[in-house]
Amino acid sequence: MKMPKGFKIITFSLLGLFSLYFISPFVWVVLSALKTETEVFSYPPKIFPEVLQWKNFVDAWNSQPFGVYLKNSVIVTVLTTIGQLLSCSLVAYGFARYNFKYKNALFILMLATMMIPWDVTMIPLYMEFNMLGWINTLKPLVIPAFFGSAYYIFLLRQFLMSIPKDLENAARIDGANEFQIFFKIFVPIMKAPLILIAVLNILSVWNDYLGPLIYLQDQSKYTLALGLAAFKGVHDLQILPIMSITLVMIIPPVVIFLIAQKYIVDGISGSVK
Amino acid sequence: MQNISKKRTSYQLINKKVPYLFILPWIIGFLVFTLGPLIFSLIMSFFNWPITSEPTFVGIENYKTMFTQDPQFYKSIIITFKFAAIFVPLNLAIALILALLITQPLKGMKFFRTIFYLPAVVSGVAISIIWGWIFNSEYGILNYILSLIGVEGPMWLVDPKWAIFTIVIASAWGVGIMMLIFYTNIKGIPTELYEAAAIDGAGPLRQFFSITIPSITPTILFNVITSVIGALQQLALVLLLTGGGPLKSTYFYGLYVYNNAFKHHQLGYASANAWFMFIVVLLLTMVIFKTSSTWVFYENEVKKEGKKGRRKK
Repeated sequence: MKMPKGFKIITFSLLGLFSLYFISPFVWVVLSALKTETEVFSYPPKIFPEVLQWKNFVDAWNSQPFGVYLKNSVIVTVLTTIGQLLSCSLVAYGFARYNFKYKNALFILMLATMMIPWDVTMIPLYMEFNMLGWINTLKPLVIPAFFGSAYYIFLLRQFLMSIPKDLENAARIDGANEFQIFFKIFVPIMKAPLILIAVLNILSVWNDYLGPLIYLQDQSKYTLALGLAAFKGVHDLQILPIMSITLVMIIPPVVIFLIAQKYIVDGISGSVK
Repeated sequence: MQNISKKRTSYQLINKKVPYLFILPWIIGFLVFTLGPLIFSLIMSFFNWPITSEPTFVGIENYKTMFTQDPQFYKSIIITFKFAAIFVPLNLAIALILALLITQPLKGMKFFRTIFYLPAVVSGVAISIIWGWIFNSEYGILNYILSLIGVEGPMWLVDPKWAIFTIVIASAWGVGIMMLIFYTNIKGIPTELYEAAAIDGAGPLRQFFSITIPSITPTILFNVITSVIGALQQLALVLLLTGGGPLKSTYFYGLYVYNNAFKHHQLGYASANAWFMFIVVLLLTMVIFKTSSTWVFYENEVKKEGKKGRRKK
């Protein structure tokens, strides 16, 4: 399709304009994090730091137990990802590859749970976890992940529906049992959507703020998101360490996204179809 | 042969229980982490439930107080709906424009797609810090840039008139997810449609309104619903960026419920608040669905559309 020249110019100016909105805040954080105290608080603002202050990162990192926060974030992220992959693939397989009583009703029920506002279950969940003695531990953040998540199950189920039924019938005739079929045949096939779910889960758990805010009390239990928010709350004027840690916090998701981009784009188009 | 038929019957026997074993994790999770809490929250809403002492049954007192004696309830509703009224159309428009831009057959579109999606992977905590710094009324870069072109920027986070817009602008930064949904949808429209239209002499604008828009109405519907629900529940950014201020001008409903529960320790009252929002969300979704038949065009996927998932924020 040929495009008129004027149209092309408009398209690229719009693209440029929007890029400014999406990318310049990142650039500004990087530039701010590398300045000296005087530079960052000067007005009119200095755009570029005179000397790049790499030691800001070291100072910031050592000013709070960010190492502990990082460890907690990693624990929660890794464990929830394992939990989601395991539980969601099992459940999605059940919904996609079998016929059973109440299947459709249960599936619709599952989709409906995605509409429940978070506030409604927030209070009883807090009380439930409190009763179990889980408050101020990482358990409330980790354990629910082992029971699946509606959206991920939905994505996986959409994928599994597209695979011909002959596959498991052949394996059954060969004498494989149902769980062998699932683990040996289907798990390898599900590689792409499983990567998608792992990425989506890593992003959302790494970034989660409200869960840790409600369930964690001791600093030693904080995740990076909560630790950064708490640090900002107390030291509102220490903009340099705040900017440095912010940058540290957004690097892992950005890198993961850049690597796994393909899976996200393909995965979303799979669910739209 | 006998062997095979024997196997068949044995797997049919397993079959009855096996599917339920597969979905068992979700069933347990649903009962323990969703249905149980949901029912319990409804029960709590009929109690006076302070955190420290015994709960007492009060009937519909919480709901009565909410509707008749709590001005903040109405204020928070108005602020939240005001936010949704600004945010939802804006967000949809931006998502659609971006999706249209990156589906143009030009070089470098993948690069722009990446850039536009990037903020969507950033934590709410980081977003609030980044934008808080940009909006900063003393040292903020935004007002400095505005001053260069002769505009005196408002005191974004300090002025009750403007604070809500800071939340809108910071929220819209994560528009990439919705853009991507539109993008994949537009990509899926058969190119023959456009070619035929071009032969008939339809320009880009005409093609957009006669082909693109009608083809993606189900996706628009999906995006409207998810963004309305998302806007009504906005909490993290408010908590982090403005804390509900200045002068409670961004005291959104989500924050109102959260504070009633965890700051004022009125668990029963907060449950009533939450259930009210739940019902509003249900009704709104139903209304959007009902009215959608006038503007949503389905080709062959009438059933599938309604089952689409919602991305967790």
